[in-house]
Amino acid sequence: MTDHIETDVVIIGAGPVGLFAVFELGLLDIKCHLIDILPKVGGQCAELYPEKPIYDIPGFPMVTGQGLVDNLMAQIEPFHPTFHLNEMVESLESIGTPEAPLFRVKTSENGTTFTCKAVIIAAGGGSFQPKKPPIDNIEAYEGTGVYYAVRKMEMFRNKKVLIVGGGDSALDWTVNLQPIAKRLTLLHRRDAFRAAPHTVEKMRSLVASGDMDLHLGQVTSLKGEAPVLEGAVIRKDDGSEFTIDCDVMLPFFGLTMKLGPIADWGLNLHENVIPVDTEKFETNVPGIFAIGDINTYPGKLKLILSGFHEGALAAQKVHRYVYPEKRLLFQYTTSSTSLQKKLGVAA
Amino acid sequence: MGVIHVTDRAGQRHTLEAIEGWRVMEIIRDWGLPIEGLCGGACECATCHVFVSEEWLDKLYPPTEEEEDQLDTVMTRPNSRLSCQILWTPELDGLEVTLAPTGA
Repeated sequence: MTDHIETDVVIIGAGPVGLFAVFELGLLDIKCHLIDILPKVGGQCAELYPEKPIYDIPGFPMVTGQGLVDNLMAQIEPFHPTFHLNEMVESLESIGTPEAPLFRVKTSENGTTFTCKAVIIAAGGGSFQPKKPPIDNIEAYEGTGVYYAVRKMEMFRNKKVLIVGGGDSALDWTVNLQPIAKRLTLLHRRDAFRAAPHTVEKMRSLVASGDMDLHLGQVTSLKGEAPVLEGAVIRKDDGSEFTIDCDVMLPFFGLTMKLGPIADWGLNLHENVIPVDTEKFETNVPGIFAIGDINTYPGKLKLILSGFHEGALAAQKVHRYVYPEKRLLFQYTTSSTSLQKKLGVAA
Repeated sequence: MGVIHVTDRAGQRHTLEAIEGWRVMEIIRDWGLPIEGLCGGACECATCHVFVSEEWLDKLYPPTEEEEDQLDTVMTRPNSRLSCQILWTPELDGLEVTLAPTGA
């Protein structure tokens, strides 16, 4: 069954900028739902550099990527936003007028639909998607012989499986699929793995007992008449090549960012970013805003700091769409009892 | 002041003015050549992958374990490096690199 949700604002992207937008909207009594393709909040900060220090967040001489995300989550807690993780926004359709925008947003994973008065795109560099190895014609085998994720293990029963990669995903699926595969081969660029040590140890013992194969090298091409995969040609470091027979290949090369379906929403785009005005950070479609790394305007700096500022200004215009009859009074959190009540810090 | 030579994905060679203390990724990006550098130089994405000309390989600091980990996520050649991990110094005047194909 498809869930349907009505809310004031849908925020696409739960990175630091999307999270802080919740705060700015919350101060103005605007409710929101956030959607993110990743299974956790924090976007690039949490996915790419959770442990790396960031030095240019005002008020924090140093904070790690994850530390910043944790603090933002604590800061927006009073506004109880709803998160829809592991979901990608597939379509965004305007069903209102420029004066009274209304949108229908639909996600792909479980088909949740939303009706909202404004959409804030805070998607950074786009959506995280699996890195595809640059192998000629790989697309022709996708979904039949090449998979970037394991949804159902049973699909690989009695198959000759080739797993490529040296991280946690590659090693975890190696030890999980080995018992059900007809034959499992792990291929990695070098004889060092950055997965959990006990998983690496388990893999090595399976190799030692002859229950699976480990090869060092990289896939240069695929064999078999597409869409039926029959093998992969491997190049070793010394330049020599050999073929591994396989029915399926699972490359686990981590994630990269792609603009994805955003390109199809009727928004003006300039080299994969969305032009906005600098008064309210609205796109060419009234009611759709773009903040953070995904937008562009004269003088744009791709800084988290800039995204926070943009979210604050966007919220002011969103208020006019959500509460067209209300006058917006500007208040400070230091002095406004009303804002402090919303934050749960005043009686 | 010195230069680096960068061959782009169309095979065109560009000579770029280099600045001491800048990373090669930053120099390439600053001159507007199409290098992604998604993570901003934190050695976390491998989207600044370049191939370094043979004659320059030994003049660079060898890759750290962290850089090797990231190189695992792309299709490498023996001369693969991440340009965000190469700090430009005057000894690297004339460095020759080629941008790796997108996604590689």
